[in-house]
Amino acid sequence: MCLAVPGRVLDIEERDGTRMATVDFGGVVKEVCLEYLPDLQVGEYAIVHVGFALQRLDEESARQTLELFAELGMLQEEFGDAWEMAATEAGVDPVEEVRK
Amino acid sequence: MKYIDEFQDPELARRLLDDIHATVTRPWALMEVCGGQTHSIIRHGIDQLLPDKVELIHGPGCPVCVTPLEVIDKALEIASRPEVIFCSFGDMLRVPGTGRDLFQVRGEGGDVRVVYSPLDALRIAQQNPDREVVFFGIGFETTAPPNAMTVHQARKLGIPNFSMLVSHVRVPPAIEAIMSSPSCRVQGFLAAGHVCSVMGMGEYPELAERFRVPIVVTGFEPLDILEGVRRTVRQLERGEHTVDNAYARAVRPEGNPAARAMLEDVFEVTDRAWRGIGVIPRSGWRLASKYRDYDAEHRFSVEGIRTQEPAECRSGEVLQGLLKPHECEAFGTLCTPRTPLGATMVSSEGACAAYYLYRRLDVPTTTDREASPVV
Amino acid sequence: MSDTTGLPAPTLDIEAWTCPAPVRDRPRVVMGHGGGGVLSAELVQQIFAPAFGGEVLAQLGDAAVVSLGGARLAFSTDSYVVRPLFFPGGSIGDLAVNGTVNDLAMSGARAAYLSCGFILEEGVELDVVTRVSEAMGAAARTACVEVATGDTKVVEAGHGDGIFINTAGIGLVPAGVDLRPQRVVPGDVVIVSGAIGVHGVAIMSVREGLEFGVEIKSDCAALGGLVDAMLAVTPDLHVLRDPTRGGLAASLNEIAEASGTGVVIRERDVPVPPAVANACAILGLDPMYIANEGKLVAFVPREHADAVLEAMRAHPRGADSVIIGEAVEAHPGMVVARTGLGGTRVVDLPIGEQLPRIC
Repeated sequence: MCLAVPGRVLDIEERDGTRMATVDFGGVVKEVCLEYLPDLQVGEYAIVHVGFALQRLDEESARQTLELFAELGMLQEEFGDAWEMAATEAGVDPVEEVRK
Repeated sequence: MKYIDEFQDPELARRLLDDIHATVTRPWALMEVCGGQTHSIIRHGIDQLLPDKVELIHGPGCPVCVTPLEVIDKALEIASRPEVIFCSFGDMLRVPGTGRDLFQVRGEGGDVRVVYSPLDALRIAQQNPDREVVFFGIGFETTAPPNAMTVHQARKLGIPNFSMLVSHVRVPPAIEAIMSSPSCRVQGFLAAGHVCSVMGMGEYPELAERFRVPIVVTGFEPLDILEGVRRTVRQLERGEHTVDNAYARAVRPEGNPAARAMLEDVFEVTDRAWRGIGVIPRSGWRLASKYRDYDAEHRFSVEGIRTQEPAECRSGEVLQGLLKPHECEAFGTLCTPRTPLGATMVSSEGACAAYYLYRRLDVPTTTDREASPVV
Repeated sequence: MSDTTGLPAPTLDIEAWTCPAPVRDRPRVVMGHGGGGVLSAELVQQIFAPAFGGEVLAQLGDAAVVSLGGARLAFSTDSYVVRPLFFPGGSIGDLAVNGTVNDLAMSGARAAYLSCGFILEEGVELDVVTRVSEAMGAAARTACVEVATGDTKVVEAGHGDGIFINTAGIGLVPAGVDLRPQRVVPGDVVIVSGAIGVHGVAIMSVREGLEFGVEIKSDCAALGGLVDAMLAVTPDLHVLRDPTRGGLAASLNEIAEASGTGVVIRERDVPVPPAVANACAILGLDPMYIANEGKLVAFVPREHADAVLEAMRAHPRGADSVIIGEAVEAHPGMVVARTGLGGTRVVDLPIGEQLPRIC
């Protein structure tokens, strides 16, 4: 139900009173309807499903998520479960810490 | 592709898997709701890489699997009419109705066309003013806004020869129905990431609380799936049952307000039959009465359709995780991907099709990820 | 972006989108019967082979290898019904020549002569016929093959798709060359001559209902020279296939099935151009199932693999050749891929061809 891919907005124009964008998917360029993301700007990324941009892709969030994954094994290798240790010491629920 | 490739990184996948393996102490049964997630799991071999104790039950998350037989038969009836150009997403062309499918209709002379977007169908209507163009509007909440906008456009532009056969389904009532079943084995959910991109996360805390299940909003790439599993298992091990967003780059708690506003305008909630499960109250969308003129069911009176599922098909039980495909008597004998009885064998995401694919391959049941039957 | 034949723009309901889930007891021909997968095979096994009989046909090779007056000839035919007629990187004319040349090359033969039958729809512009013919001529000269004979028929308007072309070809099979799946043994190395999925994506990019901008041109090309270079290393290659309809997945499955060996490939070694991968990601397609028109896959005895690979890479049609896997004893008849993550997935024979999906 949910095949949607991230693409970068190249340009935006009105067509038949509808906000449309040219979106680049790693070298494949397609026309996409932008009516559901009225604030999306050129250069930003959107998740596109069946020719419609449905949500802005938060690049900063993506970066943070990948960083979290990268740190996941490292600390455990060096220190044991450092997340647990640090969280326990700080009196914070470790699950919440992991989520940040 | 940027923001896809990074989330397929094998080294990061290993770290996530390590963490899951280190975390799990007891067997857990998780359900991923979305067919796209099932596809990703099978495509990358993720289910073999997870610890044995983590079982993934493939949920009813694919329009191929759950669109009611009655709706398929209506589609076949409409597509058979000589004046109609019947447009559909590719997924639906192979679904068996009562005795035939859309491909057979085309073989008999019906004009059936695959499109990428519902807007393509609208364009075909504009280019063929002497034909009736009907679009098969199926899918979950992800596809509903594109379909809604298309009907909205048809009305705005006054395109008279376009209509939509609508059969949308909603995820939260499905989760509720699955969890309410007395024989339900599901202990945690990977919620459908792109559904939540549209609808937000507001419908899930009540479900998590009522049924005491963790619900983790999960994406589609391998790292996303693994992270969704990791967070769900972590909650289960700690006895927690909250809603968590593991797909933050594409999901905001409020979803997409513009899309939701359009859904409010174009659709209204209705009871919907899910193929193999039965009627789930308020689990579907149909066109609101002010869009009646664009409703294909109205334009083509498709009444009196007698549907008939094969008696041997038990895909409903499979969809609910109550039956493993190979436990069905028809599996691999009467029912194969070439001669499917039910939707779970037709769809490449269907549990039965997936099992059939792996039936002859000795996949190790060891937790040792280094061991592999091949290479 | 659509072709300029003056014909209505093609839509997606063309031969490439075929039914993968047949309803039983189907009494009529459906598009899937032309898809090159299970349905096509059934048509041959259940209707044509019983009707025609004959030992040669029973072998069901791409080309027939026959003995005639002391010479071993390869003999093959193929029909071309592609729309649009002109696409990025080529035309139906190029396909008609190179397709049959390549069928013969997969038997080790250098195509010598082609026949060409045209079925033209009344009303097609003669300019289009000229352009297609000129493309065929150019392709034939490049492949060093001569169109020796032909035929033309015209059908009423509305009864054809503009132009259909059938080509048949013959060529001599060199001594000591015996290319067929039955020769494959566990340990054979699987080599692909370059990136996959290119032709299919090039066609898709200009079909109505999909149209996307992409720098992909069809890889349509003649492979006779590449095969010669490979055979010069050793005549003892085991099997060659050009993965057209059904893509690499179909060819590997056919070979595994016919040879009774298993096949294992490593996904990260299978070359897919980024534009192809991304187009597939948008449409929900798998490059393994997408047609190629200028690539081959070879099963080579292990002791010759490195030398054959080197010879391929030295040839312009094989510059990006790479080893992607091997034939194994395990899971006979099945093709298994090691995924990028280290998991395993079964690569099944497509029943029809893939459809774009939203799910």
